[in-house]
Amino acid sequence: MTEHGSGDLRLSSVTKSFERFTAVDDISLTIPQGSFFALLGPSGCGKTTTLRMVAGLEQPTVGTIHIGDADITSLKPYQRNVNTVFQSYALFPHLNIIDNVAFGLRQRKDGDWKRKAQEALDLVELGHTAKKKPTQLSGGMQQRVALARALVNRPDVLLLDEPLGALDLKLRRQMQLELKRIQSEVGLTFIHVTHDQEEAMTMADTIAVMNGGRIEQLADPSTLYEKPASTFVANFLGQSNLLPAEVSAEVASVESGVVTVRTRDHDDIAVAAEHLPPGIRSVWVGVRPEKLRIGEAGRNRLRGVVTDASFTGVATQYLVRLPWGKELVVVQQNDGSGRLPVGENVTVSWDPGQEFILDQAQDADAGVEIDDD
Amino acid sequence: MTEAVSAGPARRRRRRLNWVPYALLAPGMLWLIVFFAVPTVSLVSQSLQTGDVFNGYTLTWHVQTYVDALSTYWPQLVRSLVYAGLATVFTLLLGYPLAWFIAHRSGRFKNVLLVLVIAPFFTSFLIRTLAWQTILGNGGLLETTTDALHLSWLLHGFESFLGLVGLGTGNQLLYTPFAVVAGLTYNFLPFMVLPLYANIERLDLRLVEAASDLYATPASAFRKVIWPLSLPGVVAGTLLTFIPAAGDYINSVLLGSTQTVMIGQVIDSQFLRVLNYPLAAALSVSLMALIITFVTVYVRRAGTEELV
Repeated sequence: MTEHGSGDLRLSSVTKSFERFTAVDDISLTIPQGSFFALLGPSGCGKTTTLRMVAGLEQPTVGTIHIGDADITSLKPYQRNVNTVFQSYALFPHLNIIDNVAFGLRQRKDGDWKRKAQEALDLVELGHTAKKKPTQLSGGMQQRVALARALVNRPDVLLLDEPLGALDLKLRRQMQLELKRIQSEVGLTFIHVTHDQEEAMTMADTIAVMNGGRIEQLADPSTLYEKPASTFVANFLGQSNLLPAEVSAEVASVESGVVTVRTRDHDDIAVAAEHLPPGIRSVWVGVRPEKLRIGEAGRNRLRGVVTDASFTGVATQYLVRLPWGKELVVVQQNDGSGRLPVGENVTVSWDPGQEFILDQAQDADAGVEIDDD
Repeated sequence: MTEAVSAGPARRRRRRLNWVPYALLAPGMLWLIVFFAVPTVSLVSQSLQTGDVFNGYTLTWHVQTYVDALSTYWPQLVRSLVYAGLATVFTLLLGYPLAWFIAHRSGRFKNVLLVLVIAPFFTSFLIRTLAWQTILGNGGLLETTTDALHLSWLLHGFESFLGLVGLGTGNQLLYTPFAVVAGLTYNFLPFMVLPLYANIERLDLRLVEAASDLYATPASAFRKVIWPLSLPGVVAGTLLTFIPAAGDYINSVLLGSTQTVMIGQVIDSQFLRVLNYPLAAALSVSLMALIITFVTVYVRRAGTEELV
């Protein structure tokens, strides 16, 4: 009944419209079999709706969903070889743990359900809780039961809907590693929905950053961080300093792969030519805070005044105001060099190539202040 | 020595605090003693006495009254349990979907529908039951309506069907077992719907999604997840329906015939018309004992203590 053969999960121009708004707007995605994929975005970006469409709990308004060659778009959830770990865990309160885990196997009349369910429980290190009721377990344990209950069916695709959202920070870190370990052990396709960028970056091979029902960028974590394709991605994943600059004909000198652009203060900044999108004159030059250095070590130098310094243990985060008012965030490793006082005049520097460049037509504040709940 | 000194005031204070729960319990306990415990004891005692109304009764432990009562009136006793059982099944069949609809599908009309469920209570039980006479009777609302719609064949077919299954005479609706069961079903429906609603409303629908995600068809999800989780409501509703329905006699008096006499009617006439107090008391005690047995077995079987 549920054998469709496995393969890559493919969403083709999928749109989901509700009465008043479009939750998912023309998404096309291919998720390779066996990969750990994350859908990342702020609440309301359509990531959960996308997941629910893969699970069959929502029907796409337009578009098709395939697993391998099989079209599963119109299949009911119980006809799909896809299982979900729900955000609320949704464990059956009247069944004990082993019966919860065995639920799917028994629905499919798997004669070997007892052994398989026990094995799945052992995999999440909860073998000893088989006879307990869900309410007798802690949140973290319930979460692992929910995972075992989905895993045990060996689905073509396993969906995780913010499964770590209800756990405290320490447990969350632990479960992230655990999930990663289990995924590489069982080799199933995992799709993880989260609004936590750190979680997505830690766990996933590939991340699709979603915003307003669309995919902003689809890439591996390091590409997303180093080469964000939009200001939204730049701000949503970590912090970014975005400096407006112009590529003017006079200053655009191509010299060993470096192009010079001019900021509002008429400072010339050298950037890697390969980072410059062709045909655009007004750009945002983006530099991550940890790439900036206090001092003159880098080739690009900007002068400013320290307006704030906060010590976080591993590092110190400074705010440095440039003469025209823009404040740069600078993160310095705590290497024992001492802290700078507020009001100090400093030079901030970095080397060409450490920046990313975006079209200035994009909103510099997109994705700011929504990276975490 | 030192122990006694230090424990003294503490113990006294604790004893004084301990009176509070008893003080709070007292009014209710008193009420129950006066209006429940004493009458029950007196009822059991009455059933074991001999004598008559004019010369008084003496307690003679005359158990023979029970034998007489049960051998004469067992058909009415069994009938009461059967009618009450049928009415309970029908209220459940009607009430469950209704409660589900109100709890999960009614949106902003939820409160309006809940008020409508209890609206019948604004009218007297007797009046409402009498109304059923005008609905079911010959030339009544049901008959004239089906006639007007040219559906009398449907009504006659239903009457014949009732005759076949032993719930009717084959040619009428009123004054048949069907009418009595229908009356009971109608009168006790709110007692089924309200506890069911309270239970179903709290039911987490995400569990249905989870079941569906784990290959359960809608029917299977109902059987494996929804039904077991609704059991506390079902048990509460069936008890609230079955117990009073088994002792009811208004529906039988107004909607039934001599063939539908229920145990409540017998007790009523033995107490108030025949004035055979011991027999009436013995029947009351028997009915109570039967219901308690039924309920105990039922609650055990339903296994609801595990769900609480």
